[in-house]
Amino acid sequence: MTGQPAAEPALAPEGAASLADRVLGMIRDRAGSAEAEVLVHAGTLALTRFANSTIHQNVAEEVNRISIRLALDGRVASSRLDGRAGELDLSALVDGVFAAARVSPVDPDWPGVAGPVAPLEVEHWDEETAAASPADRASRVGAFVAAADGLETAGALSTEAASVSFTNTAGQAVSGRGTVASIDGIARTGTSDGVARWSSVAIRDIDGRAIGERAARAARDSADPGEIEPGRYEVVLSPSCVGDLLGFLLNNGFAGRAVEERRSFVQLGELQLDRAITIRQDITNSRITGLAFDAEGTPRNPFDLVRDGVSLALLHDRRTAHKAGASSTGNAVAGSNQFGSLSATAVLLPGESAVDELVRGVERGIFVSDFWYTRVLDPRTLVVTGLTRNGVWLIEDGRIGTPVRNLRFTQSYPDAVAPDAVRGVGSDSALFPDGLEAALLVPSLRLASWNFTGGAKG
Amino acid sequence: MDDIAAAAVEAALNAGARYADARAMHSRSELVGARNGVVEQVDREERSGVGVRALIGSSWGFQALPETSPAAARRARERAAEIARASALVAGPPIELGPVTSSVASWSSPCEEDPWAVPMSEKAELLEGVTRTMQEHGADTAQAVSRVWETWKWLVTSDGHRIYQHIRECGAGMTATAVGDGETQRRSYPGIRGQFGTRGWELVRRLDLPGNAARIAEEAKALLTAPVCPASDATDLILGSEQMALQIHESVGHAVELDRILGWEAAFAGTSWLDLAQMGSLRFGSDRMNITADATLEGALGSFGFDDEGTPAHPVDIVKDGIWVGVLSGRDSGAVAGIPTGGAVRADGFNRIPMVRMTNVGLLPGDSSLEEMIAATDDGVLMDTNRSWSIDDRRLNFQFGCEIGWEIKRGKRGRMVRNPTYTGISPRFWGSMDMIGNRDEWTFWGTPNCGKGQPMQVGHTGHPAVPARFRGIRVGVRG
Repeated sequence: MTGQPAAEPALAPEGAASLADRVLGMIRDRAGSAEAEVLVHAGTLALTRFANSTIHQNVAEEVNRISIRLALDGRVASSRLDGRAGELDLSALVDGVFAAARVSPVDPDWPGVAGPVAPLEVEHWDEETAAASPADRASRVGAFVAAADGLETAGALSTEAASVSFTNTAGQAVSGRGTVASIDGIARTGTSDGVARWSSVAIRDIDGRAIGERAARAARDSADPGEIEPGRYEVVLSPSCVGDLLGFLLNNGFAGRAVEERRSFVQLGELQLDRAITIRQDITNSRITGLAFDAEGTPRNPFDLVRDGVSLALLHDRRTAHKAGASSTGNAVAGSNQFGSLSATAVLLPGESAVDELVRGVERGIFVSDFWYTRVLDPRTLVVTGLTRNGVWLIEDGRIGTPVRNLRFTQSYPDAVAPDAVRGVGSDSALFPDGLEAALLVPSLRLASWNFTGGAKG
Repeated sequence: MDDIAAAAVEAALNAGARYADARAMHSRSELVGARNGVVEQVDREERSGVGVRALIGSSWGFQALPETSPAAARRARERAAEIARASALVAGPPIELGPVTSSVASWSSPCEEDPWAVPMSEKAELLEGVTRTMQEHGADTAQAVSRVWETWKWLVTSDGHRIYQHIRECGAGMTATAVGDGETQRRSYPGIRGQFGTRGWELVRRLDLPGNAARIAEEAKALLTAPVCPASDATDLILGSEQMALQIHESVGHAVELDRILGWEAAFAGTSWLDLAQMGSLRFGSDRMNITADATLEGALGSFGFDDEGTPAHPVDIVKDGIWVGVLSGRDSGAVAGIPTGGAVRADGFNRIPMVRMTNVGLLPGDSSLEEMIAATDDGVLMDTNRSWSIDDRRLNFQFGCEIGWEIKRGKRGRMVRNPTYTGISPRFWGSMDMIGNRDEWTFWGTPNCGKGQPMQVGHTGHPAVPARFRGIRVGVRG
């Protein structure tokens, strides 16, 4: 399965740390009293896309990104360079951020930079994935396409590898590296699409044939869907749907900024979710991907956000923590953060029921493969509208039966997993990474009620 | 930079490509963000690199490197060729490229006032000032942002293009959020994302953020106690031009992207309900509906001189008198469909492959005005400023929410209503459009955050729009 070695990362790990140190030195040379953070991200990203059962887009890039955040007497500016890191380029970058900071207004909420604290010694890295070649990706795509056995296929397989180093003027200096490999594809019958996907730290975990067979089976099983009347139905949601749900709960509920602005439903210490729900930030989980520290150099130590349904903690970067009188939980994102979103590596702990068992308990309900285009109607109640996609089935008398056409829903996400609303938690888990910055690891869920507000006819 | 791109193309041809293009690019951007009277973000970025696309046999390869040296150009072409050869492991039918007339040209967007020359203190004063004003008038959270982008790009293709473009874009916007007991309400100006164009800072000055800050804060506060938009399965709906821009973007613009129609985006962005066999005969909307994709509109956010394949900007009819007549296309997709190249292929940076993107997809004005629409409506709802947007993967079934609405009774604008939403099926919805705003109300809205592609690309698109009236629409959908 291995071909020619792929493009070597633009910088080796020690190169990223050395570069970060060099840039910090340049900042100190200009102003010894300045507070500054330097983040270097160096690596490769490659993605092979296929549609109509052929590879139609096949791309790769070297990434070499240097980010600086500088505070001069409370005047704060950020600057990034995505490109060549020669001496002149670095000088221009540093000069530019100084120039921007000098003319910026004083930021009274500037939280300062992180002190020196070592992160956990956790690494989610795979050499074979870092060296994956275009042929490695294409061969797995070929296996997916072949396994669909004549059905039209489409999807993408990506590999990402990066070394990341952070240093600041308070003495915090951390480095890490990570890899992610993902495949996500559909098979199509003409009246239905079936989906299968897998993500892991290692490309060897991606079995193109097995995943292609799953997608094709789902497509054939959902062919010629019928219509059902919209309304409230009991549901079994796949991990993909649960990942969507968890993402909204975190970014719109448990994010420190959302709570500060009083647009969150979260009340710490209260039983807000079903007792079957425990959500943990956990970079030590062997299935998760990402780094042990965030873009501000804060360690991502494990903690429970929700335990047995009780909201216990929030996600913070240094700014929201400072405002709340709390400590950062290691959830800062790199670059601009206009909307206060956060990078979480969160796990919704699995239960003990196989998916078949979740379905077996449903007298009449709906099984959903994917949600699509979900958007918040009201942040506080976290009412979300969206559609189903890639396979929806009626569940009758404990069995998955007739496929049905896609439905629109309008549903409060916290209400869907409120106390007594969760009737089962799957023993399965699927990983949904977002580069190396974030990842969600989630099981299937059986929920008492989901509000479908429209069908294919509108 | 021009020579670097040329070297990459020549090297790709030597490596066996039958077609190659290269874009050497340098870009810089700035975001200044204020919240509750304090500038929280002054964020700048610079990007430089070269992206090489090579066609070997019937397979594409693309490699980007964050450098603009001759050595990087050679490395990029070698890897692009290697990738193209790997693509051949799962090859499709032969790819042909639509014909072009090669150009040696340059183009710059109009700019009266260089946004980089505006002092940071002035930008900060503007944004801090309007957030303070919004707070003073009832906003619990007040945010304002300005953004600037500047791009220099050199395109060289093996067909003989050597094109240099210099594009400056900027804009600004603000949002007031009021928090009630059980929900939040928000008002934005000029739109949910602000307003952006291929203009200089003069665009921001003309927005008059200070003159609108108090009003939107007061409206956000008032919405907290306004009645909920009544539900109806069939009522008259008037949309303001900002929401019309969103309606056009989501239910027309994406639906007419030829790569979606051909299934190239099937697994991610989705496909389209449109069937190429029906282009020229399918009724998309009422006979008053005329949509064009026009990258030549001065100052609109989706304007350029040449697309990223070197095709000169030109207007394309998309819907004419209600009939679907055109698509957004590039050289390869146009050739597959047997239609002329549409000149709608762009990448969001040197490190992304060019793909079909909206230019300025907009509704041509009609002969009514918003006030005439209200006066002509006996029972209906007026909605404006997008708040939420959701549409299916075929761009057919949508549900959109607005920040604000007003009841219309017997030809008069009545009480304000909160949480207005509406839903529909695209051709049925557009088929019900019976009044369209006039040229005086025509606004070139800019959308700076259109996501598409894998890896994700963020496109800048324009949407000329006017208010319009639709009949028999379902409104007030709630959870």
